[in-house]
Amino acid sequence: MRRTTPRVLPGFGLSLGITVVYLTLIVLIPLSAVFLKTSGLTFERFWALTTSPRVLASYRLTFGASLLAALIDVVFGLILAWGLVRHSFPLKRLVDALIDLPFALPTAVAGIALTAIYAKNGWLGQYLEPLGLKIAFGPPGVVVALMFIGLPFVVRTVQPVLEDLELELEEAAATLGASRWQIVRSVVLPTLFPAILTGFTLAFARAVGEYGSVIFIAGNIPMVSEITPLLIITRLEQYDYVGATAIATVMLVISFALLLAINGLQAWTARRTGRLAT
Amino acid sequence: MTAARNRTPFEQRAATRDPPWIKALVLGVGLSFFVVFLLLPLIAVFVEALRRGLDVYFAALVEPDAQAAIRLTLLVASIAVPLNVVFGIAAAWAVTRFRFRGKQLLVTMIDLPFSVSPVIAGLIYVLVFGAQGWFGPWLQANDIKVIFAVPGIVLATIFVTFPFVARELIPLMEAQGADEEEAALVLGASGWQMFWRVTLPNIKWGLLYGVILCNARAMGEFGAVSVVSGHVRGQTNTMPLHVEILYNEYQFAAAFAVASLLALLALVTLAIKTFIGWRTTDERPEPNP
Repeated sequence: MRRTTPRVLPGFGLSLGITVVYLTLIVLIPLSAVFLKTSGLTFERFWALTTSPRVLASYRLTFGASLLAALIDVVFGLILAWGLVRHSFPLKRLVDALIDLPFALPTAVAGIALTAIYAKNGWLGQYLEPLGLKIAFGPPGVVVALMFIGLPFVVRTVQPVLEDLELELEEAAATLGASRWQIVRSVVLPTLFPAILTGFTLAFARAVGEYGSVIFIAGNIPMVSEITPLLIITRLEQYDYVGATAIATVMLVISFALLLAINGLQAWTARRTGRLAT
Repeated sequence: MTAARNRTPFEQRAATRDPPWIKALVLGVGLSFFVVFLLLPLIAVFVEALRRGLDVYFAALVEPDAQAAIRLTLLVASIAVPLNVVFGIAAAWAVTRFRFRGKQLLVTMIDLPFSVSPVIAGLIYVLVFGAQGWFGPWLQANDIKVIFAVPGIVLATIFVTFPFVARELIPLMEAQGADEEEAALVLGASGWQMFWRVTLPNIKWGLLYGVILCNARAMGEFGAVSVVSGHVRGQTNTMPLHVEILYNEYQFAAAFAVASLLALLALVTLAIKTFIGWRTTDERPEPNP
């Protein structure tokens, strides 16, 4: 990439100054407070605060539900992206635009709407509960909320790569005698794989920290349907700042690891498809 | 993207055409999922809001606590969004127009707030400004309230909406390059003239895109604001928090009425976003490889 030489364009000092000062004041110093507060603890104390049975149960729910939701999103997100790119159907532009709804709809609104749908006497709940499918006020409700939040991440990372896919490759495979299924399995899916993995990781990372949409539908029963972010709030409300901060440290470290993974994956996608990661 | 549109449509190319039953399956499964998991919640908001009739709906919106919540939400967004716009433009300018050490690190750090749970975004300001926090005793001595007051809500909102504008502008300005700006300078424009007449017009759609997404999140943020707000009705309740309070008091119609305003905001945001997307697919240059 051609770069401009420094000093030709004005404003380097000003723009970098604003950026660094604002970043430091708003993000870096406050975030460092979490680690500084935790560093005042002995390791035994930290371990006790972050691995008590109730906390462990919340990790299992948060990460398990996030994993399941992201996997379901990958399956249906891939199908939706395929439909949007490869087929025409009525109201396609409207469907395409509404895929981003979970990005734009406040999480609390999503939470109460999903509860209205899946509660015992709700829109779908009244038909599902007699069948033994209890969704709201339990772990399945958490998965449903996280699915809603994560879907656009998968669709929006797979869709552009699918649009740019070289049709010639598929045609070449076809002339060489490959069946349609063989083409999809050995030409299309491998090309899409980095994008699928990126979408999955984005959806998973978002789900792990999600709070607003989950707490209305989860029921929030300790040991059963209490997510880790809620547990942090519960500790805060009991004025247990140390306990809240210790759990937050664990979550932050995992989030940062996921952020690094996402950056790596996006670079990989960019190399594989020759696009700029956006 | 332009290349994709100029090609022969998929339907006419035998090798890439799905058989009809596959097409039916893909669209059937995909669209059913779309309707049940995306469309139904949206519809539910409006139906539940109007369940008790228009009188109850409007009563819930004009009630003083709701009005206070709406005013606070607008106030918070009107502070957080402009600050993040200034930061976003500055960051994009520094990152895309100059070479310096640690640039990649800086870009990664700008994205940090997206990977932090909203709850932790609230917690960090409690640790800094709360009663037991770093500046807590000093703030108390000077009778300044940050946590459980409006400044804390503004700070938490700035944090969660921090990367929106910057991450929209960085790829756009990277792709555009600096040729036009250099030309303006060569022709004798001052730095600010170049910025107002060349840079800003070039990035206006990307900037608007970032602003509306930033604004939607700023008005709708729940988790981070919930931690620092203190939930004082009529004083430190934003619209999403007001929705929660009404909902927990079993005033479902009122809760959904306020929620429907936020859902409308989301729909307007998506409409503008889609419009910008259509406008810029033709104008936006292909990214430099």
